[in-house]
Amino acid sequence: MQSWVPFVPESASTMSWKVDAVYFYLSGVTLFFTLLISAVLIFFVLRYRRRTPYEIPRPVAGSHKLETLWSVIPFIISMTIFGWSAKVYFEQYNPPKNAMEIYVVGKQWMWKIQHSTGQREINELHVPVGRKIKLIMTTEDVIHDFFVPAFRMKADVVPGKYTTQWFEATKTGRYHLFCAEYCGMNHSGMIGSVIVMESREFDNWLSGNAGNTTPAVAGQQLFQTLGCVSCHGANGEGGRGPTLAGLFGRQTLLTDGQSIRADEPYIRESIVNPQAKLVVGFGPIMPTFQGQISEDQLVQLLAFIKSLQIANPQPATPASPLVSRPQPQPSAASSPQ
Amino acid sequence: MKAIEAFETPQPSKVNYINAQYGLKSWLLTKDHKRIALLYLGSITFFFFIGGLYAMMIRLELLTPQGDLFHSTTYNKVFTQHGIIMIFFFLIPSIPATLGNFLVPMMIGAKDLAFPRINLLSWYIYLAGGLITIYALLAGGVDTGWTFYTPFSTTFSNSYVVAAGLGIFVNGFSSILTGLNFIVTIHTMRAPGMTWFRLPLFIWAHYATSLVMILGTPVIAITVLLLAFERVARVGIFDPTLGGDPILFQHLFWFYSHPAVYIMILPSMGVVSELIANFSRKNIFGYKFVAFSSLAIAVFGFLVWGHHLFVTSQSIYAGMIFSFLSFAVAIPSAVKVFNWTATLYKSSISYDTPMLYALGFIGLFTVGGMTGLFLAALAVDVHLSDTYFVVAHFHYIMVGGALMGYLGGLHYWWPKISGRMYPEGWGRFSALVIFVGFNLTFLPQFVAGFMGMPRRYHAYPPEFQVFNVLSSAGASILGFGMLIPAIYFVWSMRYGKHAEPNPWHLPGLEWRTAAPPPTENFETTPIVTWEAYEFAPPEETEIVGKFKGELETA
Repeated sequence: MQSWVPFVPESASTMSWKVDAVYFYLSGVTLFFTLLISAVLIFFVLRYRRRTPYEIPRPVAGSHKLETLWSVIPFIISMTIFGWSAKVYFEQYNPPKNAMEIYVVGKQWMWKIQHSTGQREINELHVPVGRKIKLIMTTEDVIHDFFVPAFRMKADVVPGKYTTQWFEATKTGRYHLFCAEYCGMNHSGMIGSVIVMESREFDNWLSGNAGNTTPAVAGQQLFQTLGCVSCHGANGEGGRGPTLAGLFGRQTLLTDGQSIRADEPYIRESIVNPQAKLVVGFGPIMPTFQGQISEDQLVQLLAFIKSLQIANPQPATPASPLVSRPQPQPSAASSPQ
Repeated sequence: MKAIEAFETPQPSKVNYINAQYGLKSWLLTKDHKRIALLYLGSITFFFFIGGLYAMMIRLELLTPQGDLFHSTTYNKVFTQHGIIMIFFFLIPSIPATLGNFLVPMMIGAKDLAFPRINLLSWYIYLAGGLITIYALLAGGVDTGWTFYTPFSTTFSNSYVVAAGLGIFVNGFSSILTGLNFIVTIHTMRAPGMTWFRLPLFIWAHYATSLVMILGTPVIAITVLLLAFERVARVGIFDPTLGGDPILFQHLFWFYSHPAVYIMILPSMGVVSELIANFSRKNIFGYKFVAFSSLAIAVFGFLVWGHHLFVTSQSIYAGMIFSFLSFAVAIPSAVKVFNWTATLYKSSISYDTPMLYALGFIGLFTVGGMTGLFLAALAVDVHLSDTYFVVAHFHYIMVGGALMGYLGGLHYWWPKISGRMYPEGWGRFSALVIFVGFNLTFLPQFVAGFMGMPRRYHAYPPEFQVFNVLSSAGASILGFGMLIPAIYFVWSMRYGKHAEPNPWHLPGLEWRTAAPPPTENFETTPIVTWEAYEFAPPEETEIVGKFKGELETA
């Protein structure tokens, strides 16, 4: 996957050129200093080569001015690199609010993808061009790393928590997806493709898989079968357990007096290790689900809880206006895989 | 002319540290720092060639995109063991335990290190750690990468993780003891007149290195212990299913392993300061700046570990602080490079083999250091981390830097160590071969990494093949270049020309005694009345440029 510039990887996301700009600036600085030092070295080595075996050159005194000069100038240059690259980094890891969410679960040695419309894929990720995509990622076993060189994006996928990254593809095509964190025997086989499609094509691709259960609906099924309903209520309205409707994204008061934002990691932790952070007014009565449910199922429960709004206790439409789907009915839902 | 002749020392008695006693027992129970240095030299050379063999296996496999030479499990073990052997059993002890052991007492005018028995103990501990590790390799090997990331290493790997960890744990104590010995020796055993600012920069570098060894090594020992504890007893420390945090391991691991890079490079910088000054017959430009920059690197080196975690979900604000500090730690290294270069101004440069290595070091270390800035730069690191760019960068530091300094130092002090000269022609030839082979091996890896090739890949997409073929070709040249010194050093011990006590005509203390030196190093305790690198009387000092009034008398 070569771009038209030699030795530069293909650029296919809004972030690519921003990263490349810093990279080229750094390359320029590196080339300048390497050539400068090499040139001065070579000049001195030739000019001041020993001419007679017993010659002794005069000693030279050091100079505070020179030392200050060659400390301060590199420091200033390095601060420009630092500031610029920190700014781009901030953009890379701060997902925009209106992004389309896709769940990624890593597993020795494959990538499992769930779209919020229910499509599932393995080692392939289909996305529309020109849309902001946010990946919510976790893993069933060891640390992996979701790396797409053409998008200049990379983030570790860490067991026991959710990590996120986002991108907006600018060019249709098929791009390498690599696992970049060593994960055991078949690490170099944990590769795949990101397929960037025109919006229309992407819609067709989505409808070609019609009839799939969305993660939110599958999560609702789980919510029933795992017995969550008995304490949290069929629509998350609460009871012996805290209210879940409208919970996501809100500040929640805990028994230890702290307040925490109910984000993905918090909800995940509350399922696998319920005693870790208790909501004020509730006792430690919930059993742990550690080892009882897979990461895929956790993602579905999460999607269900996120879909519960106060005004609308039904699973809400996921944030994908691209495709019109029938409103999911719990009775029509197939059992989760 | 007069000055040089004054440095010459007549060859005294025929008894030296090598022929003072004979028999295996006299070596295995020796308390002489010079003999212990040779014991270390033999053992690290052994481990270097094992590590080198693994490197060759890696390059052979990567010649083709398909993983067709080894099974991927074997390949994973090969690169893991290459890393473990080269880092813990070659690079970390390389200069301190051999050249440092031999020269720290001699350069400060002492009879031995402060604790000779502990010095011998450190070699036995090193050997024990090495043997445990070799057991781990022979029993079935390790496949976790030298970084031992959890929870793969604690829960998922089916290889000999605990044995390899134990080897590293044990070996750490030899590092701590060596560091301790150096610090006490440098503080308490300097000859009369050898003030702190008359110390050769080699000593300053070893002082800084020793600080890192003492402060950092216990952390890796604890980390490896916790890892073994979780793996054996299933106590949840790092594995999230047991209630642990896998990222905690990375913090602990890099808290040692980043400063460990400075354990490898600082002594090498010390060697290069010696070589640059002595082969250009010039006092080091900005002596104090070079000395203090070693200490600055040792201290700041402890504050930058988080730059290995920019893509691990570490807080982005923590990332920014670690990035800033990483840029800051680059400055003292840059100061050294500028001062070495300035030292050559109006000097008298000879082209002997050690100087070729020193000049090579400056070039390669500059590339290694500057590419480090790419990885300290947050946004760029997101793309480059865990790719071949990182592999190329740290090889430029560890091979282009640490190993070049080690080889330069070994050639430079070989006449003193062995009493024989190495063949100069072959020396220059192999230095050139190594320089060319090294660059051909690792320059293409920068490009492969930027193009997106991840590290630790057994098989790879075919578009990366061209870089890998170049790299493998370079590695065979590099490997060939390494064999030449190995052969002629051994050859010279028997057939080399007898060395004069001061073959390079230098003012340093280690050159003012016989070659090889007697067991007690000096016939009488030397009294130091001269500055470091004082080739000519200080009153002849030239003031450069228009900086009058703000001068530091070097």
